[in-house]
Amino acid sequence: MADVIVEHGRVVGTTGARKRTGLHNALRRKSMVAFFLTLPLIVLIALFVLYPALFSMHLATLNKSMQKFVGFGNFTFLFKRETFWMVVKQSCIFAITAVIFKALIGFIVAHFVHNIPAKGQRKWRGMLLVPWVIPPAMSTLAWLWLFDPSYSAFNYTLSFFGVGPIPWLGDAAWARFSVILVNVWYGSPFFMIMYLAALKSVPDQLYEAAAIDGANWWQKIWYVTLPMMRNIIAITTLFSLIVTFANFDIVRILTSGGPLDQTQIFATYAFRVGIESNDIPLGASVSLFMVPILAVAAIFILRDVSKRGNEA
Amino acid sequence: MSRKKLTRRQFVAATAMSSAALITAPYVRGAYAAGKLSIGFWDHWVPGANDSSRALVNEWAAKEKVEVSIDYITSNNKKIELTVAAEAQAKSGHDILQMYTWWPHAYAEQLEPVNDVVEPAIKQNGEVNGTVKYLGQAAGKWLAVPATPGSQIKGPCSRIDLMKKHAGIDVTELYPVGGPPKADSWNMDTFLKAAEACQKAGFAFGIGLGETTDSVDTAGAIFQSFGAELVNAKGDLTVKTDQVRQALEYYKKLIAFLPPDAPSWDDASNNKWLISGRGALIMNPPSAWAVAKRDAPQVAEQCWTHGFPAGPKGRFAPYLPYYWGLWSFSKNKEAAKSLLTYLSQSSSIEKFVAASGGYDLPAYANMTTLKTWAEEGPPKGTLYHYPNPYNHQTLSIAASPAPPKIAQQIYAQATLTKMALRFAQGEKMETALAWAEGECEGFMRS
Repeated sequence: MADVIVEHGRVVGTTGARKRTGLHNALRRKSMVAFFLTLPLIVLIALFVLYPALFSMHLATLNKSMQKFVGFGNFTFLFKRETFWMVVKQSCIFAITAVIFKALIGFIVAHFVHNIPAKGQRKWRGMLLVPWVIPPAMSTLAWLWLFDPSYSAFNYTLSFFGVGPIPWLGDAAWARFSVILVNVWYGSPFFMIMYLAALKSVPDQLYEAAAIDGANWWQKIWYVTLPMMRNIIAITTLFSLIVTFANFDIVRILTSGGPLDQTQIFATYAFRVGIESNDIPLGASVSLFMVPILAVAAIFILRDVSKRGNEA
Repeated sequence: MSRKKLTRRQFVAATAMSSAALITAPYVRGAYAAGKLSIGFWDHWVPGANDSSRALVNEWAAKEKVEVSIDYITSNNKKIELTVAAEAQAKSGHDILQMYTWWPHAYAEQLEPVNDVVEPAIKQNGEVNGTVKYLGQAAGKWLAVPATPGSQIKGPCSRIDLMKKHAGIDVTELYPVGGPPKADSWNMDTFLKAAEACQKAGFAFGIGLGETTDSVDTAGAIFQSFGAELVNAKGDLTVKTDQVRQALEYYKKLIAFLPPDAPSWDDASNNKWLISGRGALIMNPPSAWAVAKRDAPQVAEQCWTHGFPAGPKGRFAPYLPYYWGLWSFSKNKEAAKSLLTYLSQSSSIEKFVAASGGYDLPAYANMTTLKTWAEEGPPKGTLYHYPNPYNHQTLSIAASPAPPKIAQQIYAQATLTKMALRFAQGEKMETALAWAEGECEGFMRS
């Protein structure tokens, strides 16, 4: 369809000189059309991603009252703060642990679902996606009630077995466990659905060939399934790592970073410093600190993906 | 009878003056105010309390011929702080915006001075306390107008029966209806003994150790009653002092008698603790009692709101004043000032207090004995001492008297409760103090 329009445009607007390089022009015009088609998205990204990103970079270079340029002053200040390094450590623990468990659970569940007969599979897929489709602010509120300091439904149930009460959100270790648990619960369906799609694209012949060669189920996974899913695993992991690093709602609702800041991660700490303590430039600096960490992860993971793509 | 002749010069002057008067008329404060005015009010917890502010504004608007629009902004999840921050950045938004505690100082450069509203209100309604001045004034300039809606004291709300039974304290005798407090015996030692007795009886005091305001406010009042300041009024670090050490020792003893999950409490946890009947005391304005009236009347009728226990350096009660700020970029400052003057009249204040069931506290000295507090119940008189009618306690805010921009950081980052919790959980005193000192040093950046 685009070609027709382009062709039409070319005929209408061409000059003698342009006719000689018609193909070249057509290509150029095709890219023009493509550009215009993507323009709304480009504008949206510029408006809601690029501008805020640049503005936060600008903010990060200002002093607390936002009247003076301080260059990297906010970052050098943060590097000297004990709490900030605790936040860096906790963000890494939170994101890496959550992503590993999400990937693991997603992978296992995807296999289970893949092995369900096609007739009932859709039902299971739908049910397993529920945590992912509920807005996290809402589902986390339900978790908050389950973990409630005084009226935890979990503790009530555990009390029948003589266990507890467990300070789910009042003790640092339990609080870290709780926020990671909720993040894993929320994010696993995404991995499950991605892995399921990848599993479905693995040709059955490969498994048949492996079976003929005498491969057991573990060898099939190790030598057939995993190599075939490598790219999707890498991309899903990267995507999830970015989203988990930048998580805000789950931690904010469950613990607000407490107790003693021991569940504070980049986004919640940035909010605490920037909005609640009214130090917007420092808050912007905290949130920007995620960028180099994620950039390094992205470079490593994507480089591997493109390498394998070239091999293929 | 001589007829005065109008010269051409007089005609031009008269025309110019009339035109000027006509053009400026909408912006003249008082009966001629007109134009549009947009207001962002705090969305009140108490059902129906917003109606009184809406009615008052509409009454004023009809009289002054001003078109008003009101947004009620919730403070849940810091929505009101986000709105203030966004409007300050955009230099556009509501003309009047309600802000609490630290925000007038935080946005001092962008707020219109309102001495011409506050000073007459003080003349009419009586002096304001030191905390209202500390948070609302800079270099003699009023940054915002003390607002009645939202302003609160977070003093003890005790269960009469449980305190009597387990701690042997009759809070209604300490704080009788219609008379001054007889609370000399109500001090930090008595408080600690009562906390222990009630905890042993299974009704621990519901005091949070989290990072939200209720936890911080209680810690602030206890620290102040020991004279403990992390940063003094001049902005010097005063963390490693005997007073701070004493306050920490006391807090450690108290924490042993609080619910084990108190470190994860938020501002709703203490309310739930009281309403469910599990606690003998919480530190809160009467919102928990108001909810109990609806959901657990048998608990509500045993609740008594009263004064804070006294420490070695005095009796301090956590106080959180709210303000109405007028942006310097407001398009209708005169009309806004006219409205704020109207809302600060004693008749308006009385309506605010009545509509909130006594929750809202006026900042002014002459307005602490309204009939609402004497009449609210059950039990009748439960709120009589809530507004501190006999001034027997100093109303203060945690982290004061540090310069407000530093104090705001100490408050928002809950340095007091964190320090107390660190020490109570086994950290050495000097390590906890060093940590707090490091934090406060960081808060001093300009």
